[in-house]
Amino acid sequence: MSSHEWPLWEIFVRSRQGLGHKHVGSLHAADAEMAISNARDVYTRRQEGVSIWVVPAAAITASSPDDKDALFDPANDKVYRHPTFYQLPDEVNHM
Amino acid sequence: MSPVEMNLEARFEAYVAEDKKIEPKDWMPDAYRKTLIRQISQHAHSEIVGMLPEGNWITRAPSLKRKAILLAKVQDEAGHGLYLYSACETLGVSRDEVLNDLHSGKAKYSSIFNYPTLNWADIGAVGWLVDGAAIMNQVPLCKCSYGPYARAMVRVCKEESFHQRQGFQIMLTMAEGTPDQKAMAQDALNRWWWPALMMFGPSDADSPHSAQSMKWNIKRFSNDELRQKFVDMTVPQAELLGLTVPDPDLRWNEARGHYDFGPIDWEEFFQVIQGNGPCNKERLDARRTAHERGAWVRDAAAAHAKKSAARRANTSETHAA
Repeated sequence: MSSHEWPLWEIFVRSRQGLGHKHVGSLHAADAEMAISNARDVYTRRQEGVSIWVVPAAAITASSPDDKDALFDPANDKVYRHPTFYQLPDEVNHM
Repeated sequence: MSPVEMNLEARFEAYVAEDKKIEPKDWMPDAYRKTLIRQISQHAHSEIVGMLPEGNWITRAPSLKRKAILLAKVQDEAGHGLYLYSACETLGVSRDEVLNDLHSGKAKYSSIFNYPTLNWADIGAVGWLVDGAAIMNQVPLCKCSYGPYARAMVRVCKEESFHQRQGFQIMLTMAEGTPDQKAMAQDALNRWWWPALMMFGPSDADSPHSAQSMKWNIKRFSNDELRQKFVDMTVPQAELLGLTVPDPDLRWNEARGHYDFGPIDWEEFFQVIQGNGPCNKERLDARRTAHERGAWVRDAAAAHAKKSAARRANTSETHAA
């Protein structure tokens, strides 16, 4: 039995021109080329995409759930960043 | 349990109670992780082993159209297995570990796939009943509390609906065919009906993990609820086909608003789970053989990847110089 598992790749698919690539899942492949061809078979059997990105899972650095509050809470009390914060006269309210 | 862990556990429970999703890097109780690894890997194994009874008929499909459809369906099952294996790996197990558990017989898969597909009508019955029961089980899982599992199930469910429809269409064609063809369709229904009902698992009273899984929002409906839903949905479809469900106790219960149905042979169910079904050995042997015979391909691809990476590194060094 093979002792070395093929590396894990994260797969991103652009569903149509004009949209960004979106994470759809992951798969194992020996190299990037094989990851693309496996991703085509696993994630685009029904024309779900026009373009595929494959990224070695090990190359992704993610923020830690423990840092969630520190990272994202500061935006919580800055309601003035949203257009609805500003009450304007009816005449210009479609601004 | 330390105060920190108690705090984490309380936060997890609150999250789940609010019907929020748990993602791979979030803290989760060990038992939750273990339950999911067991359930998702068994689900993946079922998709993979499920290719075998249908693959049996690819070369003998009655027309090129049916063959292309069956090929696409079997390829979908492989895809579903792969979505689920990768969801399972987000919980911290490796693909090799999970596959080894299947091949060693430690991990289970759906007992339905230990029944044989004897003739073409069985391909219709499998699509109609087995995929129909699977959909009934899987739709609620799209809302399960573990994010990667729920997302995989959304993809699976979208694709599964074609499986059930093509199965019903095979049954319809045969039921409207010659008396012999109709008899084949009836025979397939006779053999697949009870195993399909068993797919929902033991009765609630005998299902030890159910309560906890419901609490964790992994499971949304009990085994008996889903089984009843399946019977209620399927009986009128059988009537439409002009076929008879093989259950003398089956009748509409006006007061309950559901069909009553006869007792399930749980002895058979547990025998099949324990490895004594008609095809358990054949299925596992086929899986192991496929895995072993594929070893040289996996090794060759890994060697090729290593070599070309080295070659690329070499070339870029030369260019740099």
